[in-house]
Amino acid sequence: MAVTDSGGTESARTPAKKPNRLFKNLTAKLASVPMILTAIVVFIGCTGWTIYHSFTKSRLLPAPDKWVGLDQYERLWSTRRWLVSIENLAIYGICSLVLSLVIGFTLAALLDRKIRGESVFRTIFLYPFALSFIVTGLVWQWVLNPDFGIQSVVQRWGWESFTFDPLNNADIVIYGILIAGIWQGSGFIMVIMLAGLRGIDEDIWKATRVEGIPVWKTYIVVIIPMMRPVFVTALVLIAAGIIKVYDLVVAQTSGGPGISSEVPAKYVIEKMFQSQNLGQGFAASTMMLVSVLVVLIPWAYLEFGGKRRD
Amino acid sequence: MNFMKATTAGIAFCAAGAVSAADLEVTHWWTSGGEAAAVAEFAKALDATGHTWIDGAIAGSGGTARPIIISRIIGGDPMHATQLNHGRQAEELIEAGLLLDITDVAEAQGWKDIINPSSLLDSCTVDGKIYCAPVNIHSWQWIWLSHKAYEDAGVPVPSNWDEYVASAAALEAAGKIPLAMGQQAWQSSGAFGVINVAVGGVELWNKINVEKDAEAAGGAEMAKVFEAAAAARAMAANSNVQDWNQATNLVITGQAGAQIMGDWAQGEFQVAGQVAGEDYTCLPGLGVNEVISTGGDAFYFPKQGDADIEAAQKELAALLVSPEVQVNFNLKKGSLPVRGDIDLSSANDCMKKGLEILAAGNILLSGDQVLSADTSGQIEDLMVEFWNDPSYSAADAQAKYAEIIGDAD
Repeated sequence: MAVTDSGGTESARTPAKKPNRLFKNLTAKLASVPMILTAIVVFIGCTGWTIYHSFTKSRLLPAPDKWVGLDQYERLWSTRRWLVSIENLAIYGICSLVLSLVIGFTLAALLDRKIRGESVFRTIFLYPFALSFIVTGLVWQWVLNPDFGIQSVVQRWGWESFTFDPLNNADIVIYGILIAGIWQGSGFIMVIMLAGLRGIDEDIWKATRVEGIPVWKTYIVVIIPMMRPVFVTALVLIAAGIIKVYDLVVAQTSGGPGISSEVPAKYVIEKMFQSQNLGQGFAASTMMLVSVLVVLIPWAYLEFGGKRRD
Repeated sequence: MNFMKATTAGIAFCAAGAVSAADLEVTHWWTSGGEAAAVAEFAKALDATGHTWIDGAIAGSGGTARPIIISRIIGGDPMHATQLNHGRQAEELIEAGLLLDITDVAEAQGWKDIINPSSLLDSCTVDGKIYCAPVNIHSWQWIWLSHKAYEDAGVPVPSNWDEYVASAAALEAAGKIPLAMGQQAWQSSGAFGVINVAVGGVELWNKINVEKDAEAAGGAEMAKVFEAAAAARAMAANSNVQDWNQATNLVITGQAGAQIMGDWAQGEFQVAGQVAGEDYTCLPGLGVNEVISTGGDAFYFPKQGDADIEAAQKELAALLVSPEVQVNFNLKKGSLPVRGDIDLSSANDCMKKGLEILAAGNILLSGDQVLSADTSGQIEDLMVEFWNDPSYSAADAQAKYAEIIGDAD
């Protein structure tokens, strides 16, 4: 919000009389007041409220007067389920970030080669995105079921010793969820990438062809750097999806076997509503916020801090 | 106004006609075959009074439904009546003044004298006022044995836990799963509780769960319980179903030898047309310690601020405990009625066993009554991990368990 009205317009104007900065673009500022209020009251206000209550012994109802300091955090970090959740989120997060981008971009680049029936393929690839995570989770629960899914099909083809049963194996269950997540999300990333590729000027391609640069190299050296804003958009969308992954796990494994596919969001929800322990849930959600900030702040510093310097 | 008060007071006696008919939305999580048949009895009885039962069944177990129910009450969109397990789950809702006080109905109906055991009513009572209508007694302490599975394995049906453990090898040799077990957390935790009472005895159970004695929870007696649970875990290793009724189905079809599950499993056997004693055997207290816990379901009535609806809510409360409804409902549900003064001669073998134990007074409180939702949740987290991870040793689990009991409030 704040970024949009700085920069360009001001430098273009002649500095004859110093205008009052506050009243510059008054209509635009007035129009953004509701959004600013929403951001301050709803997002920041509620975040503050949550963080405050994470230091209390709130049970089913918030209890602002029962201050317990860091007790909730101590309990949180000594809970195995939370530690497993964090580990799962890290695995799921890194893999899904990398794979979504790679698969999404590759598919987009292939479609961009002006192949026949592009719209058909685009529809097919985007289709999973139209399904909710709940449906995705249930579908993949069946696909990965050893008695009905991939394993039994391959065994029936004659490869008797084939086993592929990630959902019942505590060590690899998170990859079973990852497969479903990628299947659902990469089509959407592909569409974003495709839009980005369509935004590349045709002349650039002509120029590289004249120079005799191979196609793959053009993509890596020229096109991808040009698509930086598209990648940032995709990154933000994927990252938001990662941190809030919940329904997929609930539908596919409900955290099992045991606690081996638990994720932080599920811990928060269950502590808040099922165990009737708001304080513990708030402590966990505050830790989720902190983990987002840990990633976001250095990135924002590099991104915006860097620009100001040049 | 006076007219309203008069009708409210006399509501239990003069049913329809005195008040305007109301639509009552009732939420519950009774969705399996046997359960749905039972809840239909309530609906039928309420519809007969001129009010309308609007069914708000929430699929999934109590763990899924309870948060939905509670957030609706807290969020200002309360239903007219709802199932909860009585005990500490609604404690804070009552303290916050969100639930209707139905003491007048309880007094008019004389619940104090008829509800047996009286601990059920105590669990509905806060500061001398009654907030819920208990509808049934559910006990966890049962093991269900499949006659077909034992026939196929060529061994006699065991009559207690030790015999059962000994028969596991024969079952396995015949390609059966010795112990059917759903993988949801509450099932793991419940089965552990049953083993706890059967192997460790009632006294130990009370010491840990009622007095919250962390030393007893970490002691040698309890170590035996954890060893037994680890043995049970090995027997359930091949059971990869999720829901409890899928696990019960393994027993009904003879694919599994047994299931440790509360008496609600009975409803499933009934729906499948099986006969107690012929097709399946039930052993209360795993055949070792014949006790049953007396937790169960109760209905709470969130405040609506509308006198007409309040009157209808109270009418429903009285109806749920009335003799005829109690008999019809509990026969379908497989649970025990909350009043000792009704005739259940049509009850089957297993229910009769339960009634005898109840009459003899061999009862314990249920986990819902003594532990807060938070502590139960922690124990569930521990148990679901323990049951599903064979490398989690009994000693480690016990240490963690003792820690949870030590922190319990």
